[in-house]
Amino acid sequence: MAYRSYLMVCAGTGCVANQSMKIKEKLETEIRKKGLQEEVAVVTTGCNGFCAVGPLMVVQPDGIFYQLLKETDIPYIVEEHFIKGRPVKELMFTPPKEKTPIPKLSDIPFFADQTPIVLRNRGVINPENIDDYIARGGYEAIAKVLTSMTPEQVIQEIKTSGLRGRGGGGFPTGIKWETCRNIPADKHYIICNADEGDPGAFMDRSTVESDPHAVIEGMLIGGYAIGSSEGYVYIRNEYPIALDRLQTAIQHAREYGLLGTNILDKGFDFEIKIARGAGAFVCGESTALMASIEGRPGEPRAKYVHTVEKGLWDKPTCLNNVETWANVPQIILRGAEWFSSIGTGDVSGDPWGGSKGTKVFSLSGKVNNTGLIEVPMGITLRKIIFDIGGGIKDGKKFKAVQTGGPSGGFIPESLLDLPVDYEELTKVGSMMGSGGMVVADENNCMVDMAKYFLSFTQTESCGKCVPCREGTKRMLDILEKITEGEGTEEDLVLLEELSNVVVESSLCALGGSAPNPVLTTLKYFREEYEAHVKDKKCPGHACRKLITYTIDPHVCVDKGHGCHVCAKNCPDGAILGETKQVHTIDVEKCGKCGICYDVCKFDAISVE
Amino acid sequence: MGKMNIEDLEKIREQGRYKMALRQGTGRVRIIVHMGTCGIAAGARGILTAAMKEIELRGLHDVIVTNAGCAGLCSHEPMMTVEVLGESAPVKYVYLTAEKVKRIFDSHVLKGQVTKEFALEVVSEKTHS
Repeated sequence: MAYRSYLMVCAGTGCVANQSMKIKEKLETEIRKKGLQEEVAVVTTGCNGFCAVGPLMVVQPDGIFYQLLKETDIPYIVEEHFIKGRPVKELMFTPPKEKTPIPKLSDIPFFADQTPIVLRNRGVINPENIDDYIARGGYEAIAKVLTSMTPEQVIQEIKTSGLRGRGGGGFPTGIKWETCRNIPADKHYIICNADEGDPGAFMDRSTVESDPHAVIEGMLIGGYAIGSSEGYVYIRNEYPIALDRLQTAIQHAREYGLLGTNILDKGFDFEIKIARGAGAFVCGESTALMASIEGRPGEPRAKYVHTVEKGLWDKPTCLNNVETWANVPQIILRGAEWFSSIGTGDVSGDPWGGSKGTKVFSLSGKVNNTGLIEVPMGITLRKIIFDIGGGIKDGKKFKAVQTGGPSGGFIPESLLDLPVDYEELTKVGSMMGSGGMVVADENNCMVDMAKYFLSFTQTESCGKCVPCREGTKRMLDILEKITEGEGTEEDLVLLEELSNVVVESSLCALGGSAPNPVLTTLKYFREEYEAHVKDKKCPGHACRKLITYTIDPHVCVDKGHGCHVCAKNCPDGAILGETKQVHTIDVEKCGKCGICYDVCKFDAISVE
Repeated sequence: MGKMNIEDLEKIREQGRYKMALRQGTGRVRIIVHMGTCGIAAGARGILTAAMKEIELRGLHDVIVTNAGCAGLCSHEPMMTVEVLGESAPVKYVYLTAEKVKRIFDSHVLKGQVTKEFALEVVSEKTHS
């Protein structure tokens, strides 16, 4: 007999790390114990997106969303909800500052404002079950392509749709396919770039984890259109769940004959191989990635000759990222007109004339609802951060948002109504990038943030070209000097000049974009740099050498009665004073860790 | 399964339709079996199983069965509510048996005609329109 209810347990990396697999086991045990195993099924799904409240599950067909689950909650849920039909309110989502829980997933603002295309199957299918994917219309697009479309028609459809590269470059996908197809060669390759390496970005990992067959089907369609019979997925080995699900998916597709020879009896051959990367950031760059697949050091080359002409093993190669490939089946099934009706601008005359479709972002940093979202192009940053993201944590004030990963720029509050598309983000000095979005609040120091991201790109520089290898190092030296209170006004001039040199003269996009965090913070938060340089102060209270903690003696004694908690917790033994008496901080010994500030219940400690 | 052709894909899609409708909470008809303590004691479990069997026998893929707590009329249990989405107000059926469930499927679920003889006063259940 068919099941009456499905418990969709999130098994994305975030929830698995929070023990969702134990929740699944416990659910299965309890369901068996109550004799419900013929009626209620537990299904593991890819990332649900609302990572902030994991481990989580959705009960269907009721659509009830349960969050922050513990093993001990399970017997109660099974008894109350699945036997007696009473959903458990205590485990539902309640928005910050509100009291009434929202039972249904579809009513939670985080989900209600999203438009899933790439993530349409998340939470609905088991990514390790090919029949689930097929039941949702999977492999229907490749069937359509093989029965009723010529390769040229497929390329035209993708061109008309306005789809542009989701890896960050924003190059029109249809044009890339067409150029690659038109280069005569005995062999063409296609590649899926799954080497997402940005700190705070997990779009591609989650897409592979929740719907690996969509990526495979996209590549099949690309292979047919370009005239290629061999594709590679370049995925980093440090994504174990994504890698595992992709391997399973490829194996199932082979068993069904959806990969291999004479696919669907239509005479088309295509095979996919997996190349595992070792996690170098630069290997996300197309030429470095191809070098790595060939077994050479992952270093980029100058692109006087593009990879669509001479790419992998010097053959014409078409590389797109995970999200781009995952969009393709839906464009074929639902049509270019439908896709281009979503988003900004007009791409009918100029392929760069707009940003069409949706974009997946991973929202992280100081925002309430961290997680994975898919929104239409052209949505404002404000809507993403304050409506979907639920605003800033702990009621603090928004300061900036960084889009586009470690080499994206910081965007200030005055630009929050900016529509998110390729051109608008570039105009303000940032970029779409692959879709990382890191939110900073009033307590973040923008100099420190710029230093953090530059230190990442600096370490990941492959060292092949001088501007990136040496330039970013010198820039980092200057930033360190500034955060330690030893910067001068001349340093700011030099920093800006160096940034521009690195942007202009680096070999690849790693160096070409690494200075973005510095350039945008210099542009939008110059007063913070000046405070560090001129006043030797850190307005965000993050640079330890520039801040001092002090205890207000009156508050300490009158309100706190000299409770001594700060002294007990100080790792440096820098707080002097006996219980019931005034406490003071020895500035010489103080390590500026801020623990006293956090533990004081009477707000007697201030920082400047 | 071995190598597939386009017809095989269609078969798998057909087999998975009910599963996918349930997982997305979409359906034409929603049946709610009332399973408070009173309902369970009066045999609501058998009613739930009977409804699931009807769905399977008839190969329906747009009928969702779910459960809810006591409806407040413990003396009339076992009960279920049938709602044809977008068409009429929900109707509560009382004193149910597996045989009655079958007849409700024949007329209400499939043809949209309320099985008046088992229904709690139909009029009182209607919302103002």
